Amino acid sequence: MATKEMSYVKKELPGKILNIGIALLAIGLIVGAFGLLLDPTRAKFSYLLGFFYLLTIGMGSLFLISLEYVVNADWSTPIRRIPEFFAATVPLFIVVAIPLFFFIHDLYHWSHTDAVSSDALLKLKEPYLNITFFVIRVVATFVIWALYYFFIVRNSRKQDETRDQKLTKRNIVASAIFIPVFAITITFSAIDWMMSLEPHWFSTIYGVYVFSGTMLAGLAATTLAVVLLKDNGYLHPKMTNDHLSSLGGLLFGFVNFWAYIAFSQFLLIWYANLPEETFWFIDRWEGMWGAITLTLIVVHFLVPYALLLPAPAKKDPKRLKFAAVWILVAHLLDLYWLIMPQYHGEKSGLHYILTEFGFPIAAIGVLIIVFYFNFKKHNAVPVGDPKLDRGLNFRL
Amino acid sequence: MERNTKLHGLVALFDTPDQIIHAAEKVSHSGYKDFDIHTPYPVHGMDDAMKLKPSKLGYVTLVFGLSGAAFALLLMWWTMVVDYPMNIGGKPFFSLPAFIPVTFELTVLFATLATVIGMITFFFRFPDNKHPLHDTPYMQQVSRDKYGVFIGASDPKFNAKEVRALFESLGGKQISEIMEFEKTWQDAFNPKFIGILVTTVILVSGGTYFTLNKLLYITPFNWMEHQFRGVPQEKSDFFADSRMMREPVAGSVARGHMPYEFKDSVAQPADPLENPLVNSAEVFRLGQKKYLTFCSPCHGNYGDGDSRLNQQFPNPPSLHTAKLREWKDGNIYHVITNGQNVMPSYSHQMTVKERWAVVSYIRALQKAKNASETEIEQFRKENTSNGN
Ligand code: HEC
Repeated sequence: MATKEMSYVKKELPGKILNIGIALLAIGLIVGAFGLLLDPTRAKFSYLLGFFYLLTIGMGSLFLISLEYVVNADWSTPIRRIPEFFAATVPLFIVVAIPLFFFIHDLYHWSHTDAVSSDALLKLKEPYLNITFFVIRVVATFVIWALYYFFIVRNSRKQDETRDQKLTKRNIVASAIFIPVFAITITFSAIDWMMSLEPHWFSTIYGVYVFSGTMLAGLAATTLAVVLLKDNGYLHPKMTNDHLSSLGGLLFGFVNFWAYIAFSQFLLIWYANLPEETFWFIDRWEGMWGAITLTLIVVHFLVPYALLLPAPAKKDPKRLKFAAVWILVAHLLDLYWLIMPQYHGEKSGLHYILTEFGFPIAAIGVLIIVFYFNFKKHNAVPVGDPKLDRGLNFRL
Repeated sequence: MERNTKLHGLVALFDTPDQIIHAAEKVSHSGYKDFDIHTPYPVHGMDDAMKLKPSKLGYVTLVFGLSGAAFALLLMWWTMVVDYPMNIGGKPFFSLPAFIPVTFELTVLFATLATVIGMITFFFRFPDNKHPLHDTPYMQQVSRDKYGVFIGASDPKFNAKEVRALFESLGGKQISEIMEFEKTWQDAFNPKFIGILVTTVILVSGGTYFTLNKLLYITPFNWMEHQFRGVPQEKSDFFADSRMMREPVAGSVARGHMPYEFKDSVAQPADPLENPLVNSAEVFRLGQKKYLTFCSPCHGNYGDGDSRLNQQFPNPPSLHTAKLREWKDGNIYHVITNGQNVMPSYSHQMTVKERWAVVSYIRALQKAKNASETEIEQFRKENTSNGN
């Protein structure tokens, strides 16, 4: 075997990618704006949908990085830059969320003081569910996430030049602190943005449910990008399909985890059969929502489960590419299922379904654009990381 | 065990994992099919170097996992729907969500057990304990700190000289020949082997039991375990009949208990009791509440015998039959108190007054169902303020 060209050479992505990103963003925004004219409230819900799609992919990627540091993984070192690039969307959250602050009254029933004053339950929850505290929580969360992101990424990039091992140590410490913080903040985000759409309902496992989707979204985006980049020679040439196997394994694991959590949530509520809990599922069972719920089970669990079950499939680039795209779509459906019934309520219908996906498409555009510029600016492989060699030599 | 002169294969030893990976690549590259690598621990990258196909074991796992799922569902369907249907919290008899945890567990159980057993029987050829590589210096070394390669004589490409040369060119040491065992398949059932197996099982389990339960056993806080009070079913040194459980003094009656004189009669009494309650809104309300709680699940909300249990349980009869309408109040009371065939007694759930109130309520239901035109007219008149 020839040993020439066995080191990483930085390349830029073709400009076509940027164009695709911009086109998606533009189309998404136009469709979204059209929806805003057609049916403002619905469009505001779909904005939340798009926002959360962006948030979950970004945060899932950020969490993946922290996981690598904390468990001191070798195999993922050569691909760590990919989740780093996706996580570059994290500091943007606060900007993207700005319109949502203006939509609060349309989205959240608890934001109406008159509604709260005549509702014993909401009155009880008022110390938590009020606009001031909501904004404080949201802003604090975004700031914490962004600070962690900048800290990690700065150290990681500095290492490309200095090769300083201390930087890795510092990132490990930061990640160990970040993980419990992440657990709490992602739970609050799930409750604040999505669960409180239906303020009378509560489920203690909801945060974990949203986390499982977040993790899956980050993993799927990372897997897709890694396979595409690796196939086209943008990553380190010494990388093998064995590196993909762990991504495939994690994807498979979290598909199961998602199903496990989703089912746990359903089982307890179904068993206890208390009206104050069951109505949330009934909202998702009546009319066309029943079909969507069943589709979700098939699309988010059964199909990816079957796709990724065989051991060879977990490192087959073609299969992984397909599974990753599939899971990203399934994740969007999952968020749709969480958010939209709160708008549709009784009046179900797929009439404006297209406009509802404007903002999520724009979110994909944002991801691609951010990824493109980060890819352009930085090495796609952490060339100074002390673990890189061991990572590249990783074999099953 | 005797070895014969038939060659089983050639082996060579290496010192480092890198060497063995290299050797594995070369050997598989040279086209040998019947070869194997032995290392003291799993070496990363070996599957690729040996060009191994993915293990077939996964299929065993898959098939048995699916059988486990099917078995669990069938089991629960048979027990919970067909053989002994029970109404649990008003859920349908076949409640898939409730069955999923059990299905999941049995899937995992079947899959893992089958994987282990399948691995041992199909892949390790249990109970064949006579692999020619056993009891060789080679096997001792590769299970300690050396890395070994083996090429079998059954390989179509096998040629002792060439193989030896190949091993030498790779830097293999202690190249040696392995001979076949004499074929005596009964070895697995050799009394000595089985004796050792059985002795080991007895010693290990007995030893564990003795150590944990006798030798190292520490009584936990025992002030609740040992008390001076009598325990049911225990022998008593105090009482003449040696029984700890006592019977009430003859003729005693529990407080608030009203004895029922036909308690032990299965047949309807010839001269049943009279209903002591006087009809009033309060009595009917009580009767309705108790009827809906205890009787309606079987006899239906209006006593038509049309509850959801219909067809799933010996059909509860209608309470509007001619027989029942002719019955005295005391007859119905008798059924509630004593039960009748499959219908259980309700004397423990309902007080005497409640039972009579239910009887009154059933009477009201019967009346409502069989009222004549004139009676209805009469009722209307009485219940509308201006009389028209
Ligand atoms: C578990 C279901 C069940 C419940 C609950 C139940 N019954 Fe019954 N009942 C039956 C069945 C079955 C029979 C028929 C028994 C037989 O085969 O003789 C029956 C018979 C009767 C009969 C006699 C009917 C006849 O034609 O011989 C009366 C009266 C009656 N029930 C009243 C009641 C009342 C009052 C209650 C509420 C306290 C009640 N039952 C609760 C199942 C039930």
